[in-house]
Amino acid sequence: MNNYLLIPFLPLAAFLINILFGRKYLKENSHWVSILAVAGSWIVTVITLLDVLSGKIINEDLYSWIVSGEFKASVGFLIDQLTVVMLIVVTTCSALIHIYSIGYMRGDKGYYRFFAYLSLFTFCMLMLVMANNFLQLYFGWEGVGLCSYFLIGYYFDKKSASDAGKKAFIVNRFGDFGFGLGIIMIFLTFGTAYYAPVFSQAKNFAAQTVNFLGYDVHLMTLIALLLFCGSIGKSAQMPLHVWLPDAMEGPTPVSALIHAATMVTAGVFLVARCSPIFSLSETALTVVALTGAITALFAATIALVQKDIKRIIAYSTISQLGYMFLAAGVGAYGAGVFHLYTHSFFKALLFLCAGSVMHAMSGELDIQKMGGLKKYMPITYWTMLFASLSIAGMPGFAGFFSKDEILWLAYSGQSPVGKFVWVIGALVAFLTAFYSFRLIFLTFHGKFRGTHEQEHHLHESPKTMTVPLILLCIGAVASGWVGIPHLLGGGAHFMEFLKPVLGHSEANATHTEEWMVMAISTIAGFSGIGLAALFYLVKTDIPVRLAQKFNTVYKTLWNKYYVDELYSFIIVRPAIWTAKNILIGITDARIIEAVVNGVPKGLGEFSRILRKVQTGLVQRYAAIMALGLLIIVAYMLWR
Amino acid sequence: MVPLNWYLILSAAVFMIGVFGFLTRRNIIIIFMSVELMLNAVNISLVAFSHYLQDMRGQILVIFIITVAAAEAAIGFAIIIALFRNKDTVHVDEMDEMKG
Amino acid sequence: MNDLNFPILSALIFLPVAGAALLLLISRSNESLIKWISLIVSTAAFIISIPLFTEFNKSTHLMQFTEKHSWIPSLNINYSLGIDGISILFVLLSTLITILCVLISWNSIKAKVKEFYISILIMEGAMLGVFCALDFMLFYLFWEAMLIPMYLLIGVWGGSNRIYAAVKFFLYTLAGSVLMLVGIIVLYYQSGRTLDILELTAKTYPYPLQLWLFWAFFAAFAVKVPMFPLHTWLPDAHTEAPTAGSVILAAVLIKMGAYGFIRFSLPLFPEASRAMTPVMLALSVIAIIYGAVICLAQTDLKRLIAYSSVSHMGFVTLGIFALNLQGMEGGILQMINHGIVTGALFLSVGMIYDRTHTRQISDYGGVASVMPVYAAMFMVFTLASIGLPATNGFIGEFLIILGGFRANQWAGVLAATGVIIGAGYMLWLYQRVFFMETKPKVAGLADINLREIITLLPMIILIFWIGVYPNVFLGFMHESVKHLLERVNSGGAHEASIAKNILEIIK
Repeated sequence: MNNYLLIPFLPLAAFLINILFGRKYLKENSHWVSILAVAGSWIVTVITLLDVLSGKIINEDLYSWIVSGEFKASVGFLIDQLTVVMLIVVTTCSALIHIYSIGYMRGDKGYYRFFAYLSLFTFCMLMLVMANNFLQLYFGWEGVGLCSYFLIGYYFDKKSASDAGKKAFIVNRFGDFGFGLGIIMIFLTFGTAYYAPVFSQAKNFAAQTVNFLGYDVHLMTLIALLLFCGSIGKSAQMPLHVWLPDAMEGPTPVSALIHAATMVTAGVFLVARCSPIFSLSETALTVVALTGAITALFAATIALVQKDIKRIIAYSTISQLGYMFLAAGVGAYGAGVFHLYTHSFFKALLFLCAGSVMHAMSGELDIQKMGGLKKYMPITYWTMLFASLSIAGMPGFAGFFSKDEILWLAYSGQSPVGKFVWVIGALVAFLTAFYSFRLIFLTFHGKFRGTHEQEHHLHESPKTMTVPLILLCIGAVASGWVGIPHLLGGGAHFMEFLKPVLGHSEANATHTEEWMVMAISTIAGFSGIGLAALFYLVKTDIPVRLAQKFNTVYKTLWNKYYVDELYSFIIVRPAIWTAKNILIGITDARIIEAVVNGVPKGLGEFSRILRKVQTGLVQRYAAIMALGLLIIVAYMLWR
Repeated sequence: MVPLNWYLILSAAVFMIGVFGFLTRRNIIIIFMSVELMLNAVNISLVAFSHYLQDMRGQILVIFIITVAAAEAAIGFAIIIALFRNKDTVHVDEMDEMKG
Repeated sequence: MNDLNFPILSALIFLPVAGAALLLLISRSNESLIKWISLIVSTAAFIISIPLFTEFNKSTHLMQFTEKHSWIPSLNINYSLGIDGISILFVLLSTLITILCVLISWNSIKAKVKEFYISILIMEGAMLGVFCALDFMLFYLFWEAMLIPMYLLIGVWGGSNRIYAAVKFFLYTLAGSVLMLVGIIVLYYQSGRTLDILELTAKTYPYPLQLWLFWAFFAAFAVKVPMFPLHTWLPDAHTEAPTAGSVILAAVLIKMGAYGFIRFSLPLFPEASRAMTPVMLALSVIAIIYGAVICLAQTDLKRLIAYSSVSHMGFVTLGIFALNLQGMEGGILQMINHGIVTGALFLSVGMIYDRTHTRQISDYGGVASVMPVYAAMFMVFTLASIGLPATNGFIGEFLIILGGFRANQWAGVLAATGVIIGAGYMLWLYQRVFFMETKPKVAGLADINLREIITLLPMIILIFWIGVYPNVFLGFMHESVKHLLERVNSGGAHEASIAKNILEIIK
């Protein structure tokens, strides 16, 4: 018995039980099924972690999924160091968020449905990270996308929610388009879709070019960039980031689990998993690094001015994901995964705290209507403060180690754009600290700015919600301690652990420089917090005046650089317009149908002319007959 | 002995009278009589040929034709009466139901 | 020849026909007896078809369960039946779909009940005949026989514009079929007076003749598929047909075109097929994108699904004319998938139409709140339609895109865009019908009852069965497809090498 199979299949069983029996029988008890299942997965994950730590790697097929000629894909599992890190992240976050949801979702009419979806999501995410071939990866990839669609549109009677779900799914499809083609290219190149042979043979194709749609391109660059398309979609990088902020329509636990801690990091996981391919193409890596860096900056600037508590965190997620890609792009896959791992704790925590705040504020999202919540909900305040310190990269917190690792390797690595992305990274570190603390100060400090009714209702959340907050807070603070760099006297165990899968990125720089990089990012973090304190605690009129003075900039940021409007203008509307006016209006109606209906109409017209001969007057027929007879006789006689 | 041609000319004359009557008259009864006239013209020529060729089959045929014509006349007049009852007319131009 | 010592295919074809004859004897006022007899007959046919599935020998491409009797000896026309790995799945699909059609019509058909079920049963016999026939005359007979009950189904029990739709459907298909008949006659003389399909497909024909015949057969099959630009009968026919008619049309009838391409066009005219591949790929890709984009602007539920069929069948023809193993197997599997998914979608639409009597998407909204079970099932079909992994749609589409990309990169890439648009229109449809606020027309509707759940359940099982373990189904076709592709891809190689040698000598 392979007990690792329990990891994904327990949540699947929970999903099936909940979806089949939840509505009629389980109802308010649905959470038990899901929570027991995910807890079981977590326990098996820990056992598996111990196995992997002792050097046991699993790579096994369960059964053949698709066999067609030489194409073969199976349902199989690869459990190595990278997988196990992801497993820990997924099962831990998932278990805590399941528990949190008991309190958060209590009394909702779709209670069973919510837990069913959460279990299905956990199953798909686990299948994704545990896959041993690209097609199963794709299965998990689409599966988590589907669950995200369900959960974003969970309140489906709201138009905005169902719109957001649909948008998330379709935008992701754009990314998956490239991802799918990437898998096809991999199969056509390597003759297999399994990780192990693909990664081991990738080197042999390092110099090969291939004709793609009429252009000769470097094979590995092509494959890497096609795969990266999928990552862009799933991890909400530019230019496919538009779905993630809208995804905040879903219940907050969903935002925490799917749109912060796990699913959106799948893109980073993909790049890390395919590092043997990416490493062979400098072009692809540069693209990854620049995409990550630009997205990080872009999203951080938008987060500066947003007022919706969840959207701020969503943009912060996009920005942090950008960091991870930045890391992968400079070849520091280990650092990227490290940040993925720490980020999942502090970002999930941020979302759950936001959920706790919303719970207290009866669903209010606008941080301008909050303020002074510190005294009403101390646990939420302190946990959120720690999460923010972590994301701002304060020394000692988890985010500090991972972010520092990324910036250091960007600065010191081989990448041609390394220094450039390092500058952006340091700038983003400043912005991150600023907007994170803007959120903290506006929400928890100062005077309450909401209605009296809301103020009366303010309360700390129930135990089922605060306990997960505290547990995650431990993660947000301490999860980085497994990767303390050598410079600070640590062993960098995390990187060492992942080395067999992700390789090691060499740093060519001195210790002095390493101290300098660390100092700069720390200063950036401190000054960000300081500036936020100045703007939102001391001189609260500055932000308003700035917004007035730089109105255009403010408007652009507030409207998220008008990307949504642009897409609507260049893709959505033209497609529907073409369908309505060209395809239905002209091609179908005027051209094809004209021929189709024209032929019978022509025949009808012809017969209408011919019909006139038939007068119904028998004598006239006889006269014509007689005439005909006469002509024939005459012809016979005189021919 | 009357030569064959005379009979044939008589037959042709009677036939043409029938044809002319059929084509020009509008009273359905007269048209019907014209048809009978044409039939009888054919009968004349059949009998004439029968006599000329000394073959009795022609005359047998004539007897058949007369029998059929009688039956046809009966049915024809029945139709005409039915038509008259429905339409109150025996004028053929008013009976053009079959036109397309 | 026949391992079962029992003329199972004949039994399969003529059981429904006998059932129809039995219905003739029953008083038309006894409606429930009529329904029960049709249900029993169609279920019996399905049960008879199960041994085909279990006893089928997957290790050979040869025809199995064959029967052969002399029919018109003077013209060398035989009554000959048999199935191979390509047709077996369609036989099973047809027998399954008929049961569902009987079930779905249980309460929705109120007028001329007896005639309706007679039509359905005769339809089933003819459909099975098409897939089993190994003699061209017999094939043509069933092919045309199928038109009559379908014409009646649309024209008698259809919607408001049914006569137009029925006549259009009939003439469109007939026009194509007649050209095929000419082709058959030419083949008959060309091959020394035989109509045996297996004998015919083993011979070679001169290239110019192949080209002519290819297009003659194309006319018949492309109309049925329907391929762009011969698709315009489909939306009308689907929209106006009663639910059972739409289901049969979508699930089985339009598969016959693609089946015809595989069974006849490719092995009979290998060189012509190869030469025409670019045209066929182009038409397929146009159909995929055209059908998908046009769905974005549809306001009528059934019309939208009909146009989505155009898009999905584009995938099928793309797979077939990719002329490689993955494409072909994906194409065949996708035909089954499309039969299941689109059949299921039409069944579902029929269920809600029975309650609301409107097909306008704008009349719906918030159905998920009133009919949760129905909404969940419809979601499964939607997902299968957009090809989500673990549903059957993914397996088919992935193999097709893989095969298509192999044959022609542009075809693969463009076909993949169809998948994006597919997600767009299906999810938008789902949103408009099931999500958002409950509209007055759907408020208070009863959720689907047990009969309706039973009708949809086989489809859901199949969707996941094929999606999770497709090898059961792919396994049937490996040998047959391999054999066919050998025929297509080697056909004419000998002649080509001679021509090449001659050219070299001239040089």
